[in-house]
Amino acid sequence: MLEVKNLHKVYDGHGRRVTAVGDLTFSVPEGQFACVVGPSGCGKTTLLRVLAGLLPATSGEVLVQRTPVTAPPPGLAVVFQEYGRSLFPWLRVRENVELPLKAQGMARSDRGALAAEALAAVGLSDAHGAYPWQLSGGMQQRVAIARAIAYQPRVLLMDEPFAAVDAQTRADLEDLVRSVWQRFGVTLLFVTHDIDEAVYLGQRVIVLSASPTTVAQDLTIDLPAERDQLTTRSDARFTELRGQVYAQIQKVKAPA
Amino acid sequence: MVAVAARTSRVTGRRFRSVTLGALGLFGFALALEIAPRVGVVPIDFAPPTSQILVSLGELVGEASFWTALVDTLRTWALGLCIALVAGVVIGVLLGSLPFVRAATATTIEFLRPIPSVALIPLVIVLYGPTVKSTLVLVVYAAFWQVLIQVVHGVADVDPVARDTALAFRLSPWARVRYVVWPTSLPYVITGFRLAASVALILTITGELVIGSPGIGKEIDNAQQSNAVRTVYALIVVTGILGVLANLLTRFVERRVLSWHPSTRGEEVTPA
Ligand SMILES: Nc1ncnc2c1ncn2[C@@H]1O[C@H](COP(=O)(O)OP(=O)(O)O)[C@@H](O)[C@H]1O
Ligand SMILES: [Mg+2]
Repeated sequence: MLEVKNLHKVYDGHGRRVTAVGDLTFSVPEGQFACVVGPSGCGKTTLLRVLAGLLPATSGEVLVQRTPVTAPPPGLAVVFQEYGRSLFPWLRVRENVELPLKAQGMARSDRGALAAEALAAVGLSDAHGAYPWQLSGGMQQRVAIARAIAYQPRVLLMDEPFAAVDAQTRADLEDLVRSVWQRFGVTLLFVTHDIDEAVYLGQRVIVLSASPTTVAQDLTIDLPAERDQLTTRSDARFTELRGQVYAQIQKVKAPA
Repeated sequence: MVAVAARTSRVTGRRFRSVTLGALGLFGFALALEIAPRVGVVPIDFAPPTSQILVSLGELVGEASFWTALVDTLRTWALGLCIALVAGVVIGVLLGSLPFVRAATATTIEFLRPIPSVALIPLVIVLYGPTVKSTLVLVVYAAFWQVLIQVVHGVADVDPVARDTALAFRLSPWARVRYVVWPTSLPYVITGFRLAASVALILTITGELVIGSPGIGKEIDNAQQSNAVRTVYALIVVTGILGVLANLLTRFVERRVLSWHPSTRGEEVTPA
C-alpha cells in the first residue's frame, strides 16, 4: 500500500524556485488500481519519483508498505514514461527483464523462469532475443512492463506509460495493464493526463489540481471489473464519470 | 530478408570501394616517391626511391636482430597501453562517479595533462637510465590521459532515465557500474584506446630513439649512426605499418563489442 502525507516539493536550483507539489495527501490500499490525472506540469512525475525514493520530499512524508521512503523501497517497481531510455540498449530483451533479478543474486534458472513468464504475460515470448531498439515503441513499453512484473513487486508505479504510442497500441496496452493487475494482484498507481484512460483503467481516479498541486477530487470508479474497450467506453456510467473528471479538471485549470 | 541482404551487400560494396581507393592512393604515393628521387627532385642519397626501401625492408626481415627489436617494441607498446588502459578506466570511473573527488582533482589534472611526455625524458633517464622502464613511463604517461579523459566523459554520459531505472530496481553501486556505467562508457573507452594506441606507439619509438632502450627506435638510431639511409627508411615504414595494424585491430574490436551501439548497428526497426 501507499501513503502520501502532506507531501510538499520545491525544486530550488539554478536561480529558479518551482513549487512542483503543493500539499498532497492520499493513500492507496493494498491491491487497489488507482489512477492519478492532472494537467501537464502539475507534479505527477515528481510525485512518482518521491514515492520511488529517487527524490527527497521538501516536507511531508510518503510510505510504501507502511515504511517511510528514504531510498528506493524494496518490492516497488517503476515503469517510466521514457521507456526507450529506460531499457538498456546493450542488453537483449530477456537480459533487460532479468537484470534486476540478476543484480539481486537470483539463480539463473529462477530468473529465467520469471522472465519467460513475464514476457509471456505481455505477449512477447517471441522477442526475448531481440535488442530493444529493434522493437517498436509499443513493444518496448511491453518489455518495460515485463521487467517490472518479473521483479514481483507489491507496488507498481507507472508514469504516463502510453503517452507516446499510437491509439490502437495504446488500447491494447491498457487492457494488458488491467490483466497484469488482476493476475498479479499488485497495488498500482497509474499516472496519466488522459481522462478517458484514467476512468477506463482504475478503480479510483485521483484528480490533481494545477500547481500548487493538491488533490482536487477523489473519485471511485464503480464500473464492473470486467472492462472492454468497446462496451465499457460506451457505457452510460463511463460517460458520466468521465464527465465528472473532465468538469473537475476544467475547474482546477481555471481557478477563480 | 531481401532488404537486409541488399543492405549488407551495399555496405560491403562501400567498404570494398574505400579499400580499393585507399590502396590506389597508397600506390600513387609510393610511385611519386619512386620517381621524385630518380628525376632529381630530391637528392637520391637522402631520399632513396621506394623500390630500394622495399629491398632493404626485405633484407631486414631476414635478420634475427630485426625481429628481436620488433618484439621489444611491441612488448613496450602493449605493456604501456595495458597499464594506461587499466589505470585510465579505474580512475576514470572513480572520478566520474564521485563528483567530489572529480572537483578536487580537476585543476591538478588540467595542470598535468598538457605536459608533453618527452619533457619527462631527462627525469626518467636520471631515475631509470636507458632502460625499457624509462620508455614505459613515457608511454604510460602519454596514453593514460587519452583514456582517462574519454572514460570521464563516458561516465558522465549515463542517461538519467537509465540511472533512475537502475536505482529504482535497487541495483547496488557495484551492479550499477557493472551493468549501466561500464556499457555506457564502453564506446568512449574504445575511442580512448584508439587514441592511446597511436600516442603510445609514438612514445615507444621516441623513447627507444632518444633514451636508447631496445626496439625499432634504437635500430633506427643505429642505422642512422652507420649511415644506412635505406635501412632508416625501411624501419620507418615498419613503424607506419604498426600504426595501421593497431587501428585495424581497434576497429575490429569496436565492431564486435559495440554491435548494439547506434554507430555500429543497422537501424532496422521491426514494425509493431
Ligand atoms: N529537476 C527539476 N528541476 C526543476 N524543476 C523541475 C524539475 N523537474 C520538474 N520540475 C518542474 O516541476 C513541475 C512539475 O513537473 P513534473 O513533476 O514533471 O510534472 P508532470 O509530470 O505532471 O508533467 C514543472 O513545473 C517542472 O517544470
Ligand atoms: Mg510527467
